[in-house]
Amino acid sequence: MLDLIIFYFAAVIAVGAAVMMIMQRNPVASVLYLVVSLVAQAILYVQLNALFVGALLIIIYTGAILVLFLFVIMLLNLRGEHFGGKQSRMGRASKIAITVILFAEMVAIFKQVAIPERIGTQAAAVAEDFGSVEMVASHLFKEYLYPFELTSILLLVAIVGAVVLAKRDKTEKMEDA
Amino acid sequence: MIPIGHFLILSAMLFAVGAAGVIISRNLLIMLMSIELMLNAANLAIIAFSRMNNIVDGHVFVFIVFAVAAAEAAVGLAIIIMIFRNRESINADNFSLLKR
Amino acid sequence: MEQPLYLIPLFPLIGFLLNGLLLGRLGKKTISFIACTSVGLSFLFGLKFFFDLLSLPDTARIIENVFFTWIPAGQFHVNVAFLLDPLSAVMVLVVSGVSFIIHIYSIGYMHDDAGYGRYFTYLNLFVFSMLMLVLADNYLLMFVGWEGVGLCSYLLIGFWFEKKSASDAGKKAFIVNRIGDFGFLLGMFIIFWQTGSLDFKTALDPAVAHSVFAVGGGMITAATLLMFLGATGKSAQIPLYVWLPDAMEGPTPVSALIHAATMVTAGVYMIARSNVLYMMAPATMAVVAIVGVATAIFAGSIALAQNDIKRVLAYSTVSQLGYMFTACGVAAFSAGIFHLMTHAFFKALLFLGSGSVIHAMAGQQDMRYMGGLKKRMPITFWTFLIATLAITGIPGLSGFFSKDEILWKSFSSDYGSIWIWLIGLITAGMTAFYMFRLVFLTFYGEERMDSHTREHLHESPKVMTVPLSILAVLSVIGGYVGIPHILGGDNRFEKFLEPVMKGVHHSVEGEHALASAAHNGSTELILMVGSVVLVAVFIYLAYHFYIKNIAAAGKLRQRFSGLHKIIYGKYFVDELYNAVIVQPLVVGSKFLWKIFDVLIIDGFINGMAVIIGDMSTGLRPAQSGILRTYTTIFLVGVIVILGIVLIFG
Repeated sequence: MLDLIIFYFAAVIAVGAAVMMIMQRNPVASVLYLVVSLVAQAILYVQLNALFVGALLIIIYTGAILVLFLFVIMLLNLRGEHFGGKQSRMGRASKIAITVILFAEMVAIFKQVAIPERIGTQAAAVAEDFGSVEMVASHLFKEYLYPFELTSILLLVAIVGAVVLAKRDKTEKMEDA
Repeated sequence: MIPIGHFLILSAMLFAVGAAGVIISRNLLIMLMSIELMLNAANLAIIAFSRMNNIVDGHVFVFIVFAVAAAEAAVGLAIIIMIFRNRESINADNFSLLKR
Repeated sequence: MEQPLYLIPLFPLIGFLLNGLLLGRLGKKTISFIACTSVGLSFLFGLKFFFDLLSLPDTARIIENVFFTWIPAGQFHVNVAFLLDPLSAVMVLVVSGVSFIIHIYSIGYMHDDAGYGRYFTYLNLFVFSMLMLVLADNYLLMFVGWEGVGLCSYLLIGFWFEKKSASDAGKKAFIVNRIGDFGFLLGMFIIFWQTGSLDFKTALDPAVAHSVFAVGGGMITAATLLMFLGATGKSAQIPLYVWLPDAMEGPTPVSALIHAATMVTAGVYMIARSNVLYMMAPATMAVVAIVGVATAIFAGSIALAQNDIKRVLAYSTVSQLGYMFTACGVAAFSAGIFHLMTHAFFKALLFLGSGSVIHAMAGQQDMRYMGGLKKRMPITFWTFLIATLAITGIPGLSGFFSKDEILWKSFSSDYGSIWIWLIGLITAGMTAFYMFRLVFLTFYGEERMDSHTREHLHESPKVMTVPLSILAVLSVIGGYVGIPHILGGDNRFEKFLEPVMKGVHHSVEGEHALASAAHNGSTELILMVGSVVLVAVFIYLAYHFYIKNIAAAGKLRQRFSGLHKIIYGKYFVDELYNAVIVQPLVVGSKFLWKIFDVLIIDGFINGMAVIIGDMSTGLRPAQSGILRTYTTIFLVGVIVILGIVLIFG
């Protein structure tokens, strides 16, 4: 019973914060709402016995990625920029309708694809150390060693790409001067 | 305890909210954040299935998705910086150069 | 036996690359050194491998060298591989040897030409291609060489491309050869289709050939006829001979090398190589023999009335090639190859000699303005006379043995007939007449050139006369490798080639051939004497008309002025081809261009472009360029696909 209460509590926060995030005009507030949503999701991870990944979610997302967002916002000195020209009510309503249909379809798919008796009930008990650092790590470094190593290349490429993109080239500097 | 279906529906909901953010928001930064939210919605579904089938491999996938998300954020933000530097704006509607 | 045969064609290739890539940076001495050395090395290696071949027992005289696999595509497998058997050995020695001599000669002949480097580059490329042609161990590689020599022929005919007639002649040669190549390709396809291989070892194995082809069947007849079409193109036979006389626009050593001694004999080589297949198609054999002998007499008669010294020799070449095809057509392949070899010697010598004359006459090629050169250019005269005696078939010189063998075989062979022999004999008489007419007009009589040219008359330099002398020696002794049985020899040449002529062996019963030979011993002798007498008579006629009684020639010409006109105009074959083939093509092409291409095709294409352009203008607003619109449409697409999955999945 307590589990269910915690689930609903976290779920409402996660979705509510997400909705608030996309409604904000000020990007700093958006980032903070996203942090809230992610922390609530981390609670759900823990409920699913994914302790390690839940911890990673907080550390990587709130600790690194979203801080990066904040840095960029500060770097660009963005405030609640007013974009002007309200979009039409019809346009917004139709877009919300599209996402609602998307949601409905996804739910229908989950219903159709997943096996009802397993999805409708709580999953069977799992081993004590399911989702622990040790277990995830042993999978990561044994079965998934090559994909894991490949992510390092991906990150390297991303770093190089980011540096190249964000760097001011010489001609630009001359113009600035 | 909580049925797995609850998590899946929640994940679908978060994904839909993220999608709404991408198509409704005009702020490039918020669009990027919405994409991050969609990725995390997918992560939640993966974790839920992983728990349901009692296989820990899903956690590894989530781990890799984190790496992808980090890379994507880095490159995306770099692009936003570029655009802002050139156009003094992060309003997605201002960039319609593809038209010509 | 395996030997590095690739060394033979390698050196001319290196020479070609060196001279070609460094064109314009080398001195004349270096260029000629590279060119001549490379061909000389080829000859030496050819000689080495020839002796290796001789050291093997009769039945196992094959040297192979697989260089690399060229095309491995499923069942279709082609190697770049070389094959040296008695037949290709003869060809390699003739090609590289004559080429070497002509390279040396060219140093003198081309000395003042601006395109010196270019000339030797082409010449080396030619030698390389020709060696590939004769050394190839499959039809496809042979075809590569075949096309290579065709290209070089085109380049060298049009060597003085500033002259319109030269570049036209080059184009003509190329296009006419294209028709033949088309036939060769189709023939090749049939062979591959039926036997599943283009390797000589498989496709020309009598056992394989007999298992897939019926003797005299439609398929084998079609294949051999198509390949013969290729041979008529390359070797200038009726109906595709028209390019060869025009090819004389090229430098004279080129005429000697490509258009007399080597390239034009490729067709004969190809047929001799494919003798297994040809022996299985009697209808084709008859066609080959008839076309060969018809070409011989046809071209020989044209040569009677030409005034250009090189044109006489050109028609003579066509006529002699006709002899070789006659030999092939009557199943005397080795006799054809024998004549090919001796012809290479004396015809190269004739051309080089005429080149020497033209050189001395400052480019004059019309015999009516020559005469009396005997005293002025003794070496040229004597060597030229030897070659003339050889080609006319005076006993003791090489031409006698080879030509006589062909005549005898065309009379005695199961495939021959008395008519073929008779036409061949008449052609021999004509040959004697026009060759001696040429000699008498050029070297005897009064000097008819203008005084300016007369002052500059001189014997050619040593670098030209030495090759002439070497070829003269070869023209004399070249025939002694194949002395017929009847004259006490044992025809070693034919024996040497026997392992290659599997087709002949397969069909002619040994005892039968022996019996007929014994029976016809005296006949052979009689025919031989008869042909010699006939040749002598025609030589006397030439003497009568062009030395003793010059007026008589003119009178004769007037009397038969109609006939003379026809012969002088080469039977108007060029005009006929022009009217029947070229003009309709031009008119048809014009129609296709003006009506079909411009109106229909262009109209269709432009119409499509206009329609699509209009349609895109209509669709253009969809490309708003706004990112959110695109993502929205993208999501709608996702929704539609998910919906389809839900409803139908």
